[in-house]
Amino acid sequence: MPDAYLYTKPRIRFCGDRAIIVEYGEGIDRTVNEKVRAMAAMLRKSLPRGVEAIIPAYRSLSLLYNPLMVSTDQIAKAIEAAEKNLRQTEIAEPRIVEIPVCYGGEFGPDLEIVADHNSLDAGEVIAVHTSVDYHIYMIGFAPGFCYLGGLDRRLHTPRRKTPRTLLPAGSVGIAESQTGMYPQDSPGGWQIIGRTPLRLFAPWREEPFLYRAGDRIRFVSVTEEQFHRVYEKEWG
Amino acid sequence: MMELFLVRVPGLYTTVQDAGRFGYLDRGVPPSGALDTFAYRMANLLVGNPAGSAVLEIAMTGPVLEVLAEADIALTGAEMGMTLSGEAAAGWRAHRVRRGDVLRIPKAVKGCRAYLSVTGGIEVPLVMGSRSTLVRAKLGGLEGRILKKGDVISRGKGVLLSTPRRLPGHWIPEYGPDITLRAIPGPQDDYFTRAMESFFNSSYEVSVETDRMGYRLKGPPIFRDEGRPESIVTEPTMPGNVQVPADGQPIIVLVEQTTGGYMKIATVITPDIPRVAQAMPRNRIRFEKVTLDEAHVLFRIEAGRMREIEEHLSSKN
Repeated sequence: MPDAYLYTKPRIRFCGDRAIIVEYGEGIDRTVNEKVRAMAAMLRKSLPRGVEAIIPAYRSLSLLYNPLMVSTDQIAKAIEAAEKNLRQTEIAEPRIVEIPVCYGGEFGPDLEIVADHNSLDAGEVIAVHTSVDYHIYMIGFAPGFCYLGGLDRRLHTPRRKTPRTLLPAGSVGIAESQTGMYPQDSPGGWQIIGRTPLRLFAPWREEPFLYRAGDRIRFVSVTEEQFHRVYEKEWG
Repeated sequence: MMELFLVRVPGLYTTVQDAGRFGYLDRGVPPSGALDTFAYRMANLLVGNPAGSAVLEIAMTGPVLEVLAEADIALTGAEMGMTLSGEAAAGWRAHRVRRGDVLRIPKAVKGCRAYLSVTGGIEVPLVMGSRSTLVRAKLGGLEGRILKKGDVISRGKGVLLSTPRRLPGHWIPEYGPDITLRAIPGPQDDYFTRAMESFFNSSYEVSVETDRMGYRLKGPPIFRDEGRPESIVTEPTMPGNVQVPADGQPIIVLVEQTTGGYMKIATVITPDIPRVAQAMPRNRIRFEKVTLDEAHVLFRIEAGRMREIEEHLSSKN
């Protein structure tokens, strides 16, 4: 049996008296996560009565429900029906969200460390990091924090031995086989290679976040001057 | 909007909370909100506020508040020995306060968290659908933080009561050092087939590491079945989940966590989460097993009881 695969039939777990978890497969896998994304999109189109929230994760969907309005049997049936309709329904392609990043210098103090660790030069690190679209498997841990997949092996780098006490919002970093962004100021041990001038989490904005699970993140390298221009607009 | 309190002493961890922030659970924003949902709802009912109004959640040691305007107030949840301008002022009932009064809420003698409601609700901006404070993300409440000395707290528009309301004694919960929580096995009960029985037969001590994110417990370690990995693929957590890290010491997840990679052996039923909110360090917790169907019956009973209390209190005005 491989480490990651799609189940032939989803598995339902009961998570207390007002949530169920529907698992679509094993492990961390793009095919499994695509299924989760498609099911989330289907169910959001016509939310089963009594279901209050749908939370997609790596390989599962969590559904929050009001037990006064709906039974778990009814939810299970709604999920089954949605899955049947999946074949005839067009699910929108994942959105690609471009994130401008100013790499190196004061914004990316660890760019050289990542380069040295992988016997590359700084320019090559930037070229590799911007060469792929990263799949958002899920969002969690902190507001807007993405679990991204797809970091090139040539950039894998261990965490810093001593975490920094304050990373500014927008910091872009690498930790082992993961890459990611810090939506808010936060302490952290990731190797920071750059920073985006965008506000990844703006509570007052009509849409506080720029992306949702299932979207793709495309990092685009920008100059310091471009960074400051966008930064002024976003944070000024 | 009306300036109501000047904070002379903020208390240990006093925050603005409401029913919670539920629109962004899929973006890493935890529900937040009042931990003891029962005491929270009672506090609003006692001053005639609409459900969902914001209150102050007061943990362990309370504030000293100078009153700047007239309002009705009520303190529910933990017994804190409140005084109003030097006179004892009982919990679970409304009191009229006026400019110049001083409200002192010393410290919890029974229970852990109290809820202070005011006519019109605590007025802070609505952020992403809620007034609840999430300190870690500097979100909601009063500038996203706990209260501090010198803060001025405002209240919203509301009508003063014509007769003071009080909650009849038989509806007021008792807070003792021995707490039983009803819990449904799962979602990862299949990882603990061997440990399940001992989990439901053991008692656990509440550690000092307790906050709105979770309650760490100490007791006989819970071991996963042989051959099971020590973590699962990260998935959303729900308030009430009893997660079991590799050291076997359980943690009850509360309202400020969104995801996790630990297995959950059981989940505390919704009507019993207020009991967790009132547990103090060194209290003892036992878990009592219920099935999902039983839990849903209990959920309905609790909803019925809430309706009954609501009708009783609102008929008094």
